[in-house]
Amino acid sequence: MLQEFADYITYAVIGLERGAALADALSFFIYDTIKIFLLLSTIIFMVAVIRSYFSPEKTRRILSHKKEFIGNVLAALLGIVTPFCSCSAVPLFIGFVESGVPLGVTFSFLISSPMVNEIALIMLWGLFGWEVALIYTGTGVLLAIISGIVIGKLKMEKYVQDYVWQMEIGSVEDGQTSLRDRMVYARDYTKELLKKLWLYVVVGVGIGAFIHGYVPVDFVMTYAGPDNPFAVLVAVLIGVPLYSNAAGIIPIVQALVGKGMAMGTVLAFMMATTGLSFPEAVILKNVLKTRLLIVFFGTVAAGIVIVGYLFNAIL
Amino acid sequence: MEIKVLGPGCANCAKMEELATQAVRDLGLDAKVEKISDIKEIMKYTMSTPGLVVNGKLKHSGKPLPSLEKVKELISSEV
Repeated sequence: MLQEFADYITYAVIGLERGAALADALSFFIYDTIKIFLLLSTIIFMVAVIRSYFSPEKTRRILSHKKEFIGNVLAALLGIVTPFCSCSAVPLFIGFVESGVPLGVTFSFLISSPMVNEIALIMLWGLFGWEVALIYTGTGVLLAIISGIVIGKLKMEKYVQDYVWQMEIGSVEDGQTSLRDRMVYARDYTKELLKKLWLYVVVGVGIGAFIHGYVPVDFVMTYAGPDNPFAVLVAVLIGVPLYSNAAGIIPIVQALVGKGMAMGTVLAFMMATTGLSFPEAVILKNVLKTRLLIVFFGTVAAGIVIVGYLFNAIL
Repeated sequence: MEIKVLGPGCANCAKMEELATQAVRDLGLDAKVEKISDIKEIMKYTMSTPGLVVNGKLKHSGKPLPSLEKVKELISSEV
């Protein structure tokens, strides 16, 4: 139905000729923008309602003094649903390790939380289908679990900044939340996100539409196709500085896939975009000594590259 | 009365400060809004920023930000 609407606008209202590159691009643009906004507003709202049942404080209580492995699995899963602003990575880190959440478990949470986020999932689902969204979630969670276990096994507690262990922390009890409050929370959350994302989505879909209509298949196949052995590495390197713009990037990537970009490369690129970022590294420098910071980044980056090559080989 | 906005300095924290300042002005209160970015001070109250502390009590923490109406309510409950 959406496709018919997009076609109607393109061919009947604007009157472009069928088969022309511009018509192709425009119809693609209209269709994708509407679809993404529909998905974003409904799913973000539902996720927000679920999220209102979780808080960083509650998650911390669940994870504190948990054994490794079980703790890592729980942390990676809770990372998906616990709401937190990336700018509170530092207080959250301190709050976790201070109250007895093992270091490796804390990292599993810190890795999964930004990587497996609802925006990336919605965009992947809407543009690539649920299979890809599911693969992304599964590998993201697995990567968070394994990286956390590796960091835990390396016994790097001494590479946490010393003051972290001496911090005095307050405890807050959770207040009662009514269903009405949850709905208001979900509405505000959805509004806030849409306000932040709409421009990225429009620009991203716009660029995607341009690629869809104009960029030749040969070009993409040469650089991002399954035959270029460096594509995954390059994708990860490009992905790191593009932090948290999943909304704008996935439409572009989708168009590239249509032209032959390999799926493993896409997954690696997405994970690097959401899971690794320079600003986050700078923030975390406040609580981690350089060595641990490098181990953290290195482990996650290595995992992402492996994911990329693995899926290029099997998909 | 004493109002503190807790946050290490991201966009959300700046927004929270704006909201608190606006709420104080709208309510016509004689209160100072203080921005706290020292992590040790923040951790005494919460680990989810941005936070809003009124007269030493944590009234809001984390995302998403409360509306201006809600902030006014939170502040006036301590007057």
